[in-house]
Amino acid sequence: MPDITFILPDGTEQGLEAPEGVSVMQVAGGAGIRGIVAECGGSAMCATCHVYVDPAWAARLPAPLPTELEMLECTASERLPNSRLSCQIKLTAELHGLVVRLPERQQ
Amino acid sequence: MTQVLDIPELDFDPYAAENLIDPYPMHLAMREAGPVVRLKSYDRLVACARHAEVHAVLNDHATFISGAGVGLANFNLETPFRPKSLILEADPPLHTQTRAVLARILSPKAVTQIRATFAAEAEALVERCLEKSLAAGQIDGVHDLAQPYPLKVFPDAVGVEGEGRENLLIYGDLIFNSMGPRNALLARAAERMGPVTDWIMAHCQRANLRPGGFGDQIYQAADAGEISHEQAPLLVRSFLSAGVDTTINGLGNVLFSLAHHPEQYARLHADPSLARPAFEEGLRYESTAQTFFRTAGRDCQIAGVPVAENTKVLCMLASANRDPRRWPDADRFDIERRPSGHVALGSGIHGCVGQAVARLEGEVVLTALARRVKRIEVAGPHTRRLNNTLRALDTLPLRLIPA
Repeated sequence: MPDITFILPDGTEQGLEAPEGVSVMQVAGGAGIRGIVAECGGSAMCATCHVYVDPAWAARLPAPLPTELEMLECTASERLPNSRLSCQIKLTAELHGLVVRLPERQQ
Repeated sequence: MTQVLDIPELDFDPYAAENLIDPYPMHLAMREAGPVVRLKSYDRLVACARHAEVHAVLNDHATFISGAGVGLANFNLETPFRPKSLILEADPPLHTQTRAVLARILSPKAVTQIRATFAAEAEALVERCLEKSLAAGQIDGVHDLAQPYPLKVFPDAVGVEGEGRENLLIYGDLIFNSMGPRNALLARAAERMGPVTDWIMAHCQRANLRPGGFGDQIYQAADAGEISHEQAPLLVRSFLSAGVDTTINGLGNVLFSLAHHPEQYARLHADPSLARPAFEEGLRYESTAQTFFRTAGRDCQIAGVPVAENTKVLCMLASANRDPRRWPDADRFDIERRPSGHVALGSGIHGCVGQAVARLEGEVVLTALARRVKRIEVAGPHTRRLNNTLRALDTLPLRLIPA
C-alpha cells in the first residue's frame, strides 16, 4: 500500500511512498503534482495547498490550529468539513495509507 | 560557548558597496564554505547562506527569536533605531495577537476585494507607459512603472489621505537601511528622518485614514478588543513601512529579469496566465529583501554547529534562493519553474503578512504587460539604489514594443 494516495481532479489516483515527518504538501511538491500550488511554501499563509481528506481518515488527523482554520476560509474551491491545508498534515506511521482528494482549483 | 574554530571565517562585508551591487559571488563563497560561517568584521554573529539552514532557522521561531531585532542590531544590547514593531520584532504571544489582526485584514480572501481596482490601475499605467515609450522612444521601468504602481494602489488601499506619499519611499528606504550597520547609507537616509517620521506617524492616526481601508480596519480590531488602541498606530506603521518599498523593488527586479531574458518574456507574452508564476520566479531569482536576521534565544545549534545565546544569525535569503542544493539549475531564470519553498517572503510564522497583496500586484502588472507588450528591450544601462537590506534599482531604461 502506498504511504499516501492523491486523487487528482480528473479522478486518476497517484500513490506515493514518503518518509515520516514530511508534510502532505511536500510529498506532492516532490512528485510534481500540479494540483497543489503551495505558494507560501508551507507557512499556512496562502490557502493554495488545499485538500479534501478522505472521510475515513479525516478524524484521525490532529485538529487544525487557529491559523489553519482562518486560512481554510480562503480556499478557492469550496470548503468542506474534510478540508485541510496539506502543508499542515505531517505524515506519521499512524497515517500510513492516507488518501486525499485534490480540489478543482487552488487559485 | 561557541566553538569558534569549528566555524569557517570569511572576510566578506555584506554591506560593502561592491557586495550590495553584485552579491552573487559572495553568496556562492559563503554557501561553499559551510552551512554556518562567521564574518571577520562582525562579532557575535553567524551567517547561513544555504537554503536548508535558512529555512530551518526561520521555522524555529522559539529558538531564533525576532524580539531582539531582525536586523544587525541586537536589541538585548542596544537601543532599537525606532520603537519596536509589534509584529516584525515581536515573538509569541505578542506576535500571535498582532499577527492575527493583520493576517485577517490582508488575507487571500480579503485581497479578492481589491483585485478589480488593482487590475484596472495596472492596465491604465501600462497604457500610459506604452504611449510614453512610443512618444519618447523609451520609459524608465522604475520611475514610470515599478515605483508609481504600488505608490498609487497600496496607500489607497490602506486609506492614506492627502499629499506626501513620497514620504513612504524615504521611510521605507530608511527602515530597511536601519537593519544593516550604522554606515554611510543609513546616516544619509537618517538625515531626513525627523519630518518623514512625523508624516508617517500622523498617517497612522485614525482621523487621517479612510474609513474601511486597511489602516482603519486595524482600529476596528481595536474597537473589538483584539488589540489595544495604543497598539493600533504602530500596526498601521507596519503597513506604511513594509508595503511600498518592497513591492516597488519586487516589480522593478522582475522587470529587470524579464528585460534581460527576452526568451522568458516571449513565453509570458504568449501565455499571460504565466504572470503570477513569473513574478514568483522573479522573487526567487532577484530577491528584494536580501537578508534578515534572528537572534539565538538560547545556546543552540545550526546543522550541528554550536551557536551561543545572543548570537545574531544572518539569514541570506537571496543566497538560499539560488542554492543549487535546493534548486535545479539555480542560476537560470525560468518563469515556469514554480519555485514554491523560496524564502524571498520569509518562511514560518513571520512570513510576509502582505504576501497576498504583493502577489496580486505582481500578477496584475505582469498580466497587463503580457497582453499589451510584445517585447521589452533594454534601452540603456541601469543604475542601482544601494540599500543595506533591499535589492533596489534606481533607473531601468526600457523600450516597450506594443503587441
